Amino acid sequence: MNPRKLIAKTPLHLTILVFAAIWIIPTLGLLITSFRDPANIAGSGWWTVFPKLFSGGQFSLENYIGVLRGEGLARSFLNSLFISVPATAISTFIASFAAFGFAWMRFNGRKILFMLLVGLMVIPLQMTFIPILPIYSKLKLAGTFPGIWLAHTAYGLPLTTYLVHNFMAGIPKDLFDSASIDGASPLMTFWRIVIPISVPALASVFIFQFLWIWNDLLVALVYLSARPNVAPLTVSIANLVTNRGQDWELLTAAAFVSMALPLVVFFSLQRYFVRGILAGSVKG
Amino acid sequence: MGVRAKGWRSPRRITLFLGRLFLQGCRAVWRWLRSIRWRSWGFVAPALILIAFFLVYPTVMTVARSFFGRGTTLFGPTVEFVGLKNWTYVFTNPVMLTALRNNALWAVLFTACTVGFGLVLAVMLDRVRYERLVKSIIFIPAAISMVGASVVWKFVYAYKPADLNQIGVLNAIVVAFGGEPVGWLIQRPWINNLCLIVVGIWMWTGFCMVILSAAYKNIPKPLLEAARIDGATEWRVFRNIILPLLAPTAAVVATTMVVQVLKIFDIIFVMTNGNYSTEVIANRMYKEMFNFFNYGRASALAVVLLILIVPFMILNIRRFAAQEGGR
Repeated sequence: MNPRKLIAKTPLHLTILVFAAIWIIPTLGLLITSFRDPANIAGSGWWTVFPKLFSGGQFSLENYIGVLRGEGLARSFLNSLFISVPATAISTFIASFAAFGFAWMRFNGRKILFMLLVGLMVIPLQMTFIPILPIYSKLKLAGTFPGIWLAHTAYGLPLTTYLVHNFMAGIPKDLFDSASIDGASPLMTFWRIVIPISVPALASVFIFQFLWIWNDLLVALVYLSARPNVAPLTVSIANLVTNRGQDWELLTAAAFVSMALPLVVFFSLQRYFVRGILAGSVKG
Repeated sequence: MGVRAKGWRSPRRITLFLGRLFLQGCRAVWRWLRSIRWRSWGFVAPALILIAFFLVYPTVMTVARSFFGRGTTLFGPTVEFVGLKNWTYVFTNPVMLTALRNNALWAVLFTACTVGFGLVLAVMLDRVRYERLVKSIIFIPAAISMVGASVVWKFVYAYKPADLNQIGVLNAIVVAFGGEPVGWLIQRPWINNLCLIVVGIWMWTGFCMVILSAAYKNIPKPLLEAARIDGATEWRVFRNIILPLLAPTAAVVATTMVVQVLKIFDIIFVMTNGNYSTEVIANRMYKEMFNFFNYGRASALAVVLLILIVPFMILNIRRFAAQEGGR
């Protein structure tokens, strides 16, 4: 590259650098602070660790042990898993059936119903809580895992069905014709042909939905009320912020515990995640 | 037997007639049942039942409930009809007016910045070799929870009195340049609202960037090269070619952002809980439900959100119908 081109490109590199800095510094500060001693956190900024970075003794896992044991975040972590994995599995399962029905089966009202589905993708969940809550408390579903699985499944269905439908509608028709000549029923076709082909699409929908549920605060607050024994990470951390708002050694470690799994998923399955986002870009 | 049977009114005939009618009806229902494509419905039924129960039924009931008063039951003897009282509250109460103003502020600033930054980054990053790295950095916040992001930024905004060491990055920078530390989340009404909106922008810019970048890479490069060879400056290439070609995608992304931001809840709930004039509709709705036990007002607030979102709902449906038509 010649020097003139390099100079001409300097503003470009600088602008990108500023963006990258703004995006990375807050998270970096959180990560460093979560390993520091409480007294040091309150007394000096996290950036003061850099001059003596390799002198040792600055970092420990104390804060993590503190939040996982003392504040019960280990329990919340398991709760988060126990909420999001089944809910995601159920909703992907039901959505794949519905998507196939909408894409390849013929029945009256198919178009209207699918448009309703598209419309419901952006409905504010706030519209749904008040009538459901009394039913939930009558059926003893409030504050239980099955209750929140059902709610998350239903709330996720419009988008997941839409995404899987878009994929399934693109499967070549010949495949179905040859299957029906061979005498396969729709269910067999679905199970033996459509599902195996759709695995990549189902994977990205699964990841998308999993992260949505893992990161959800509102639905968990509403349906699990404030019961600590079923609270997921988001609810527990929101409580920590309210009750221990200045104890940064707890808050930073807790926040990082909640971010760890999404970050692992993100870095290992980025391809699928991005595909999910590109396919679902109309979702609210 | 005192009853004299006469003509068509004889009990026997009536019984026969009714019997035949019943049989015919049964047969019709049977034929109709058989004509329904059970196998087709079987695929979509579980999803439709869940959606009907969790989304359609509650929507109708919440609209109705917004005309009734306090209490935490849906309807019942203790819940009284109050007409438009909840609605006058929504549009006249000072706290509510603040919330509506803040939602408008969020909608404008958040949407403009996420889409704007996303567009700029998509175009700029295409020209450097470390594109993938920076893209990952910008996109990371999209994977974490808003609760996590709120803690991250609460720490950035942390405030200590001027005579102590600052532990928040932002105040440390202010002090390093000789300024007084600022209570970023307390300075009403502009600084704290702006600081909250920054958190939202930080979270969602990556989303916009990824979609706009995919669209940008679909633009045939010879088109841009041709313009450059004809002597167009970079700015004109951007303004007259790239921007018009990306406009449809940007519009889709912008509507997604507006829909997101109208429902904004987590960031405010965690960082300020709506104190210091930072209230928004969704947070107020939560308070009315669980702190003030007023399902009537909470319903009205939910309906406000719905009304704001309906235009985008219609837009989505029309866009979908157009897509299907073109298929």
